[in-house]
This record gives sequence, structure tokens and C-alpha cells, in this order.
Amino acid sequence: MSGPNEFAVVNHSVPRADGVAKVTGSAVYTSDITVERMAWAKLLRSPFAHAKILSIDASEARRQPGVIDVLTGDDLGSIHPYYGHAVKDHPLLAIGKVRYVGEPVAAVIAENEWSAQEALEKIKVEYEELPAVLDVDSALAPNATLVHGMDYIGGAFRGFDDFPGGKENICQSVHVEWGDVDAAFAAAAHVAEGEFYFPMIYAYAMEPYVAVADYDAKGQLTVHSSAQHPFMVRHDLAEVFDLPLNSVRVIVPFVGGGYGSKSYTKIEPLTAACSWKVSRPVKLQLSVEEAFLTTRSDDARVRIRTAVDSEGKLTAKQALIHLNTGAYAENSPMVCRKAANRIVGPYRFPNVRIDCVAIYTNTVPASSYRGLGAAQITFPVESQMDELAHKIGCDPQEFRLRNLARSGESIHPGLRPIDADVPGDIRLADEVLRSNGALEPKHGRSVCCSASDAGAHPVTLAMVQVHGDGSVSVLSGSTEIGQGSHTVLMQIAAEEMGVPLEKVRLVGSDTAVTLFERSTGASRTTTLMGRAVLEACHEAIAQCKKMAEELLGVPASEFVGERGGIRHGNDRLTWPEIIERYFQMEGCSIIGRSYLRRAGPLKSVPIFWEIGVVGVEIALDEETGKISLDTLVTVGDVGLAINPAMTESQDLGAATMGFGVGLFEELIYDGQQLMNGTMLEYRVPRFSDLARRIELKLVQNRDGVGPYGAKGGGEGSLNPLGACLANALYQATGVRVRRLPLTPERVWKALQEKTPQGPGAGTKSSANTNTPAARTRA
Amino acid sequence: MKIAFELNGKVTGVDIEPRETLAEVLRSRCGLTGVKISCEAQVCGSCTVLVEGLPVSACTYLAYEIRDKRVITIEGLADAKGRLHPLQQAFIDQFAFQCGFCTPGMILAAKSLLDENASASEEEIIAYMSGNLCRCTGYLAILRAIQQASAELRGEPKTSRDGAKP
Repeated sequence: MSGPNEFAVVNHSVPRADGVAKVTGSAVYTSDITVERMAWAKLLRSPFAHAKILSIDASEARRQPGVIDVLTGDDLGSIHPYYGHAVKDHPLLAIGKVRYVGEPVAAVIAENEWSAQEALEKIKVEYEELPAVLDVDSALAPNATLVHGMDYIGGAFRGFDDFPGGKENICQSVHVEWGDVDAAFAAAAHVAEGEFYFPMIYAYAMEPYVAVADYDAKGQLTVHSSAQHPFMVRHDLAEVFDLPLNSVRVIVPFVGGGYGSKSYTKIEPLTAACSWKVSRPVKLQLSVEEAFLTTRSDDARVRIRTAVDSEGKLTAKQALIHLNTGAYAENSPMVCRKAANRIVGPYRFPNVRIDCVAIYTNTVPASSYRGLGAAQITFPVESQMDELAHKIGCDPQEFRLRNLARSGESIHPGLRPIDADVPGDIRLADEVLRSNGALEPKHGRSVCCSASDAGAHPVTLAMVQVHGDGSVSVLSGSTEIGQGSHTVLMQIAAEEMGVPLEKVRLVGSDTAVTLFERSTGASRTTTLMGRAVLEACHEAIAQCKKMAEELLGVPASEFVGERGGIRHGNDRLTWPEIIERYFQMEGCSIIGRSYLRRAGPLKSVPIFWEIGVVGVEIALDEETGKISLDTLVTVGDVGLAINPAMTESQDLGAATMGFGVGLFEELIYDGQQLMNGTMLEYRVPRFSDLARRIELKLVQNRDGVGPYGAKGGGEGSLNPLGACLANALYQATGVRVRRLPLTPERVWKALQEKTPQGPGAGTKSSANTNTPAARTRA
Repeated sequence: MKIAFELNGKVTGVDIEPRETLAEVLRSRCGLTGVKISCEAQVCGSCTVLVEGLPVSACTYLAYEIRDKRVITIEGLADAKGRLHPLQQAFIDQFAFQCGFCTPGMILAAKSLLDENASASEEEIIAYMSGNLCRCTGYLAILRAIQQASAELRGEPKTSRDGAKP
């Protein structure tokens, strides 16, 4: 779709700026980077979930042909080895102890990958195995083995400082409460209560983690990395190596997928330590199997109950969320905080009590995953809304509409009021599903929603250079991870500076060149960096106007500003003309800049509420338990789509990840071992999973604080998918499944075990049930 | 060992080790980094190149087997004047990629399909392309791009995406 078209460049689906590079194979990713004198590192990983390292003997490995050196936890010298933006609990290599199967224990640095790989087996490590805690219940048990057994200081993140890892396995706990929950439940007309489980997920960014680090003789550390947040990585590296910020340069070229999994610091400190050790540039390229052992999502067990009064109004919610955070905190403290906030949903609740606990276990560290806690909690929330609606005999959509907060209403005391039209979004998705006509047998439909306090902490700085020849450079620290941010930011600059899009270039993430941007995540880039680029353009324009006052000898009030320049009488001067005349020099440029912080319109948090509204119709094969997607509808309530085609593509991509979790994705532990940590065994959505009908709707009410009223997207459509599928399954069969994914085996077993009782049970369709012939994907 | 093969239309000689995969040789020795390595298990299709016109997973194809054969990588798809192949243009027109990591393999697999059957139906495209994973787009735009290129290769007029600027 195309927007109101009052704009020249934004709100148009212009082709992506990275298009030619990406279809010709010339786009450079970190995995493609090699530098002069570069050595390669390979990692030896722990075979135990929890063990003391008694000794490491790398002498034979060091003697292997091609091997330059071996780095172990004993060789870190003056390095401060513990990093972490929330908690500094993560050693760049295991020190004295391993905490999960797959934890890096030693790095071989060699002239080539094979020499490094072959030398790994020559390293002799003596372990003393310790009891391991592999799930949240054993981690929380009295006298449980401690994963850490030591205290840590907080990292660069604000607000996380107490980590009593020395006494317990609780990494972080968050309590959210308002109203009188106990009284509300006592007075409730109906209560739904249940326990839900959302699985461990591997994001599978197709480019595995990779970094090239060069710690040179002058004490300058340069790192190319696949990181989403180069400035957070720079901060961690500066602390690990005790370097000033101007001596650490992090450059991020194109990134082969992130979805949260490349948030914050991963292998950069280890790669840099290898370079420090051998005084040469070092590349550390993980395989996908190693990426499985690096980061996963927090799996979540949620006990939740929801109360309504006799009129079907929600009165109270209480939940206890246990997150299995794995061996290191990474970003799980923030996942914990966000899950606690987001479990309220976009509903009016007078009484709320939420406890969310992130728990260390001896498993792969969990961290950000697209949606940051929202997918984990939307599954129980929206499943329970459905259960409650059926309990009180109300249509689930009607029940939601009755209780949804309207635009401008507050759902969380102290937070920004809802800045979206959630009821309208739900109706839109519902209309699409209804247009499929009467429900066929063994089909089910559901529309679900979520509300995420998105945008993360608003500190975003940007620069725009306006050149005398009429071209424009945007300098942005937002990382292009595929979401299309480069294109969007260039569109905004072209719109504001009044130049054709072809005249705009973007200089991407390089901490030595681009200004600070806290992160690329939480759906923030269009809203925050977009706004920063727009303001930087305005600042450049203000400078041009001052120059014009001097050149024309008249105050600015006497000329008219218009797109691309000014008009004074019959004269028109473009911004580049003003710049060239002012300096009387060709090839000159000026800089406009913007420093966004938590102030003014960005004072109230969240920066925006990211709404997820998704509808599905499923078809169930009862004999096998296999669910297929008949119809998928996404609604992106994005304020204004700077590039509608890319916005829709984000929504479909997020929804596709959502039904991946809903239907097949789950990391499975058997004891200490991750059992399915390869792409042979971890099933992700593929072409043949495409829904018969796909509708991607955009709602553009210009109600955000981003440029032109834009808000972020790209995570929302993932969050409700699990509940949509479970609710649709209930409608089709009367069977409620409270654990994802809804694999054929799980569904089939549930069908065998339960006596159908719901609306879909035994329904006979009177309609003609011919399978619709044509696929319609609008 | 030294082998010769035809790479993107030019006879090429390289010195390889017997254990090297085609993906390693193309990336490291021939500098063709458009060959992307991801799963290393023939699951994802990101390393797809065409050998004798057929798609293979270069990550698990031993390089010595390429002797005297014809290989096409994404770098060899545009014509001599640098004009994009209809599939490359269609991927741009239809927004058929985001991060772009799967794109070279995706385009080459699609080329193999359309070379064999320029009139492939939607079902045939979906079945043929199910060996190539994309984690970003949700596949719909890729389907559309392949359909656009298919129409163009059959000589039908090009249709642009709804809302796209002409």
C-alpha cells in the first residue's frame, strides 16, 4: 500500500539502498573480512555443564605446525576478563570453572583455520565435575548448587547493580504491583488460572557470530564485528582492556541477521584478547553449531491467573514468571524487566501483581531474542484471555475489545499512555479472517495482540553532512541488520534536505566516525535515529539560513524557506548553493547534528508502545496432529511507514519467526547436553510453510514520537503468534495446549488425551468444504 | 593439487588441498565472498552455487570434484555490461531480502529452476525452493520475485510491486 503521499520520498516504497550490493554478492559482511597478517582462532569448549578446571596443558598444542599461541584463562594477565553490560559475570574464557557444556575454555591461534582446529585436541584439560543445576526448579531448591558462587558488579547498564550470585542462583527479580490484587480475586466473578511454558529458542541468524580484532602496537584496538550494538561493545572492550574510548574502534559492516541474538557483547573481548596475545590481527568465525552454544532465548514458565467481574471486565492479574537464564546474565536482566512489564498487555487492569525471576542454570546463556520477553509472556496472556472469554460465554474478540485500552489511556502507572489504536487493529485483523467465510471443519481462527514498552533508553546522536555539490551524507551508528534502516534514514534525509534520494549516502556503524547510538534493537531505529536524522537536517538548514542572512544582507524573516532551500523575491537559493557561496569554495560541507536524550518529547517512557496484532486461521490434520497455516494477517500500527514495503516485510518476517516458535522451534536439553544444536535437527520455517493467504496491513495514524509520527515495528508480529495458534487449535478441537511449540506429536497426544469439550468439538460444517483453489497473498 | 574449471565463464586454475570444500576455495582462493556459509550441513542453501547448471551446496562439495566443470556463482550472474539478471532485479523490485545472507544462494537456486522451467507454477516454486532457508522475509517476497522474473523471462510485461514508485 502507499500512504497519503504528501511526502516526496518518505512513505514511499523506494528500493532498498543495499539492493544491488546484496543481489550481486558484493555486500561485505564481517565473515568476508580479512586483513593483512591475520591469524585465525578456534575454540576448545567444555564437555561438562559444571566443573572445576584443575589444569590446562597447552604445551603440545603450542608446538603444532602453524600454531602461533594458545590462550587460556590462566594467560589473561592485565586484562579485566569479566564483562557484561548488565552484570559483569561473563569471563571472556572460562576461569577456574566451566558453567555450561560448550563454554569456551581455550583458544588456539594459528596461521590458518585448519591448524587451529587440529591443535584443539592437543590441549589437555583436567576437570573435576561438580553437580549441575539444569532447570529452574533445581536452581531454586534449598541448598542448590550455585552456578556462580561469587558476587559481581553491575555493568554499563543503568539500574542493575546488585547481583548476589555468591548466595543464590537468582540473577534478577522484578516485582510490579498496583491496586489490591487479593481483594480483586476474592471478589471476582470468574477466574482463569494456568501454567504455560514457552520454549528455548535459537534465533538462527544465518551469519554466525564473527569478529576480526587487531590490538596494534600503539594500543589501538580495532574490531570488525557482527554486533548489533557497536557502542555497547566498545564500552565493554574499553573496560576489559582498560583503554580510553578513543582507542577502541568497532566497525560493523552488513550483518547477516540478528533478531536480538547479536545484541550486546559476544565474542569480541575473546577475539581481541587473542590479538593481544599474539600481537597480530585475529579472526574468530564461529560455526552455526557454535552459535547454538553462544546465545539462546530465555525459556519461560509462567503461572498466571486473571479475574473478571460479572460484566466481563478485567479486574486483576497475577503472574509468576520463571526465566531460565542459563549460565550468564547477558541481557536476561532486561528480558526479566520487560517480561514483567509486558505481561499486562494492552488492557485496563486496576489490580496487578507480577513477579519475574531470571534464574541462572548450567545451560547455554540466554539473552535478547526478538520481542525481548514479549513472546514468552504473550503466549500465556492471550491464551488465558481466550480461556476466560469462553468461560464467561463471550466472543474472544468482543471480550478483548471490551477491555483494551484506547489511545491515550494508561495501562501502566507512570508509563507513557497507549499511543496506538489497538481495538481498531484487532477489528482490521478480524475482518480479514471473517472474509474467509464460514469456518471449515478442523479449522480454527484467532486474533491476538500484545503491547511492548519499546525503544529502549533514548540516547541517540546523529550527524548529517550537507555538501556544496548538493549531495548529503548521513552518519549513523544504527546497524543495518537487514531491517532496512539505512534506506529509511536516507529517505528521511532526502525528504528534509529536498534532494533526490540518489544524492544521499549513509556512512554506517563505525565508532570512530559515527556518533553514539545506544543500540540497534527494541524496534527503536526509525523512531529514534530517524528523529535524530530529521533534527540533524533541521539543524543544518538553520545554519544555512544564517549563512543566507549574511549573504543576502536581510533577516531570515524576509525570505521564505521551502523544501531544498529558500526563496527571496524572485531568487531561489538551494542549501548547497548557500554553502558554496558562503565559503566561496567548492567541495565544502557543513554538519548538522542532533543529540537525543531522555528529555522533552522523549521524557516519557517507553518511547512508544509497540503493538502486535496478528490473526491466523489454521488447518489441522487430526491424524498426524500437523497444523498448517491457512491464513496469516499482520497489522502494523506504525504511525507512519517510512517505507511501506519494508515495514510489511518486517511484519511478515516477525510473524514467520512467531509461527516457527509456535509450531516447531525448541532447543531440547537431555541432561547436560543440548540435543538438537544443529540445523539438521532444529526446524525453522521454510518456503513450504507459507500460508495459503497472507494479508499485511498497515495502520498509519501518525501517533508516534518518531519522524512524521512514525513508531517502530518489526517485533510486534512475533509476540501473539503462539497464542493465536493455540487459540485456533482450541477453536478447531476444543483442546487447550499450554506449551509451545505445537508440534504434531504434542497436538496429537493432546487430542488423544483430552475429551473434546470446546466449540469446535464435533462441529459439522454445513458449508461446501471444497479446498479453495487459488492462493491469495495480498 | 592443481585443478582447472570454468568459473563464471572463464577457465580458472587453482591450487587446492584435497580436503577443501568448494565454498572454501571459492571464498578464500577465488575471492568470491558472495558464496555464503551458514549451516555447513546442506540444510540452509546459503552456499548454493550452480555446477553444470544445477544447484549444489558448496559447503559440503569437495573442491577437487569441480575439475573441468562449469561453476556459476552470484558474482557471475550479471551480464558482461553489468546489467542485472532478471532475478537479481526482481529481488530488488520485490524487496525479496533483508539481511541478504541467504540471497545469493536463493537467487542461484531460483535461476536453476527457471532455466529448467521458466513457467514454474507457484506450487513448483515453493517445492523447489524449500531447500533454501531465509530467516528474515517470511518467503512471500521471494516467491513474488521469482514469479516476476519468470514472467519476464517468458516475455511478459513487468509488473511492479503495489505502491512502489515507478
